[in-house]
Amino acid sequence: MTNLTHLTIDAARAGLKKKEFSAVELTQAHLSAMEKGRKLNAYIVETPELALQQAKQSDAKYAAGSPGPLEGIPLGIKDLFCTKGVQTTAASKILEGFIPPYESTVTAQLFRDGAVMLGKTNLDEFAMGSSNTTSAFGNVINPWKRKGDKTDLVPGGSSGGSVAAVAGRIAMGATATDTGGSIRQPAAFTGIAGIKPTYGRCSRWGIVAFASSLDQAGPVARTVKDCAHLLKSMCGHDPKDSTSANMPVPDFVGALKPDVKGLKIGIPKEYRMDGMPAEIEKLWQQGIDWLKAAGAETVEVSLPHTKYALPTYYIIAPAEASSNLARYDGVRYGLRVPDDNLIAQYEKTRAAGFGAEVRRRILVGTYVLSSGYYDAYYIKAQKLRRLIVQDFLSAYEKVDALLTPTAPSAAFAIGENEDDPIKMYLNDVFTVTANIAGLPGLSVPVGLDAQGLPLGLQVLGKAWDEQTVLNIGAALEEAAGFKAMPEGL
Amino acid sequence: MASLVEGKTGSWEVVIGMEVHAQITAHSKLFSGASAAFGGEPNAHVSLVDAAMPGMLPVLNEFCVEQAIRTGLGLNAQVNETSVFERKNYFYPDLPQGYQISQFQHPIVGKGEIEIDLPDGSVKTIGITRLHLEQDAGKSIHDQHPTKSYVDLNRSGCALMEIVSEPDIRSADEACAYWAKLRMILRYLGTCDGNMEEGSMRADVNVSVRKPGAPLGTRCEIKNVNSIKAVQMAVDYEVQRQIEIIEGGGKIDQETRLWDPAKGATRSMRSKEEAHDYRYFPDPDLLPLHVGADWIANIKQTLPELPDQKKHRFMEDYGLNAYDSSVLIAERERADFFESGAKGRDAKLVANWILNELLGLLNKDGKDLSSSPVTAAQIGGLIDLITDNTISGKIAKDVFAQMYASGKDAAAIVETQGLRQVTDTAAIEKIIDEVLAENPDNVAAYRSGKDKLFGFFVGQVMKKMGGKANPSAVNDILKSKLGRS
Repeated sequence: MTNLTHLTIDAARAGLKKKEFSAVELTQAHLSAMEKGRKLNAYIVETPELALQQAKQSDAKYAAGSPGPLEGIPLGIKDLFCTKGVQTTAASKILEGFIPPYESTVTAQLFRDGAVMLGKTNLDEFAMGSSNTTSAFGNVINPWKRKGDKTDLVPGGSSGGSVAAVAGRIAMGATATDTGGSIRQPAAFTGIAGIKPTYGRCSRWGIVAFASSLDQAGPVARTVKDCAHLLKSMCGHDPKDSTSANMPVPDFVGALKPDVKGLKIGIPKEYRMDGMPAEIEKLWQQGIDWLKAAGAETVEVSLPHTKYALPTYYIIAPAEASSNLARYDGVRYGLRVPDDNLIAQYEKTRAAGFGAEVRRRILVGTYVLSSGYYDAYYIKAQKLRRLIVQDFLSAYEKVDALLTPTAPSAAFAIGENEDDPIKMYLNDVFTVTANIAGLPGLSVPVGLDAQGLPLGLQVLGKAWDEQTVLNIGAALEEAAGFKAMPEGL
Repeated sequence: MASLVEGKTGSWEVVIGMEVHAQITAHSKLFSGASAAFGGEPNAHVSLVDAAMPGMLPVLNEFCVEQAIRTGLGLNAQVNETSVFERKNYFYPDLPQGYQISQFQHPIVGKGEIEIDLPDGSVKTIGITRLHLEQDAGKSIHDQHPTKSYVDLNRSGCALMEIVSEPDIRSADEACAYWAKLRMILRYLGTCDGNMEEGSMRADVNVSVRKPGAPLGTRCEIKNVNSIKAVQMAVDYEVQRQIEIIEGGGKIDQETRLWDPAKGATRSMRSKEEAHDYRYFPDPDLLPLHVGADWIANIKQTLPELPDQKKHRFMEDYGLNAYDSSVLIAERERADFFESGAKGRDAKLVANWILNELLGLLNKDGKDLSSSPVTAAQIGGLIDLITDNTISGKIAKDVFAQMYASGKDAAAIVETQGLRQVTDTAAIEKIIDEVLAENPDNVAAYRSGKDKLFGFFVGQVMKKMGGKANPSAVNDILKSKLGRS
């Protein structure tokens, strides 16, 4: 019989509709796979009882002939999304045991459409990281290994648990969030697809905040079409989020076609960095050739302020984070390390509750907002942010979308890049620009490097034009014919 | 103009600027749907947003913005079409977010001015620097447990307007007048109830002293000044403290001080060096606030007549003096009461009865006009009886006392008790003859020059007639009978 955990969401929907298998069977298959896949540490909390209960309801919906668009589809939910009655930790000790009495808007919409929650997926603590090595609940292991090498690799971050679950066939898709590349880089590291939509597409209500002006939810899944299915449910205006856009949600799935004829695709020359691995350079060229062959025109464009993107990001994101994380003070919920002195209680609680990377970013953020430094750092970064936005606006006067590599390397071993935070931050070099400018970005798996590790290409689009991004992604997917899977699946 | 304070080394000029935090009258909080009502069980009015649960986001309450705009217009101030909410970051248990959402560089209201009325009857203009919107914090309660503090978040997130004045205030009296006028304007506008017991108005007062004509002195900010009495006492105390330090050869440290009403003194809270670095930055959860010129214009249309406009109209239309006018307009309800009573009547007389009689009685009973047993129409009815000579002014006072006690109309009281004034000169003459006949010694004394006895005869006549005689008829007849005019 079909290995249910290997189906795409699109195929599973068809199979459920045709009653080839039930939602309970589909969920049960995943729950069994999850038990065997625990070495990946992809889930912080598994919710098998809830999943089966939801799957039962889904079967009832199918029986009644009124299934939702995602009815019975088992998903992993990044543990940054607050889930009613289910522990939500942001992978931090400071929130260990916190059970929200409310459901995030995005997950509420997924459940409204019939999705089943398998569990809460692991991540970098407060989504701060590019390797999923900062979680208080342990590293996530990438299901992929280098050829002939047993070394554990990172899945990328911060949505490491979500991508490892999807690549490891212990979730059909997963929610993720992307503040500087946290959807796209891990998707690339694990050979799956992931899209960060335009800032404002998905409500941030109920998602533990990292950097409010950059955070955006999005899906990861094994195909572009599966991403489109999930994205459609996740998007939509939410009056509870003042930055959520009051715009209609397009039919991403219905309008999806791997067709790039007549599109102009920009190739930003500043993304051709010194020291970029030849294989990535080669793959990028391959992508250009595929798109040309499919009828697109590719042109070189310039995004002159690209080199300032990373420093800009690493000022704005920590600044916002330093303020967003002030609420974790041990007073109302989460960890408290008691002391008779208030200041001492704050210090002890936050020292015990936050890991090293989170503490580092709070310190950096506090510093750049301090009087005397504010103009030199925060204001300057805001000015650069406007220039980077302007770079894109100028480019989009000439082209419909941009094609770049997703990350400057393939997945690396756990422990690599740990000695120097700056080296780790370089992982985000191609992805942070889309967050700074609020633009949609998709990573699509297109090939393997010489060591057998997946690599992804990134498509960046105009604001609100996820459809073109998805269509270009689908064309690349079709041309690449990427079918590789981690060994042992 | 400015009242100077005398020290050992000469006169000192006092310079004061005030920051008044006024709670906006609204049903819900600035960024959440929770009730903004005063009181309630601790932590009964707390939403997920107010408690800063993970992932919660602020959504601006449009009505609070409207209230701020209305207030700005009432302060004759510039309303800014674009303003920005920023985060003021600091840690405290009653500040759940770890930051207060406020406005810093771009407030919703800019420069304006108001007129204050001083005790000597003069008027002075005080500049308004700005008005901005911000969240209130919760309340820390330290006296419920020997070692623990409790936190009540009912106030957390309630909308405040911080109204900042220019340093135009020159004395404690002016500071009190500023507070009083500001409170009056807010109450007229309906944007703040001005209830000081409930903490609806709280002030930080910046005080410095200098020799007249000298540059500004170093200022101290006094916090926790929450009533008009506190304004007076805190400024007086602080001025004396600063003068004594300077005259004793010391210098003033810029610092934040706390007014302790129990001790009647200010004490140091934190020095400039200990001042918080609030790390203000624009709140990324909220877009810049844009208010259209149309909206501002619509709100302007709905503004009520403001205290100063009303005062001037009362002086012009009713011929009242400035003092009576300012007392009548002090409360919008009082002014309305006056106007409805004064309609078509001798307005000065109506004003006198309200100011001298009714308000006195109400005050004695600790009541206000809303619970007055005498309505404006009833006051009007009493005045009508006086002006058409049905009763004398003296009888009217008795009638009024009964009206106040029973809530009955003046006419009914006069009728049932037969208090109608006697204007029949024959009847009056008859009584006068009796009185003169009964007091031959006094008649003789009066005629020999004891003028003061005239009042005695009037009193005797009135007594015999139960006070109902028309006083001017009594006077006229008495004078002619006593043979001196």
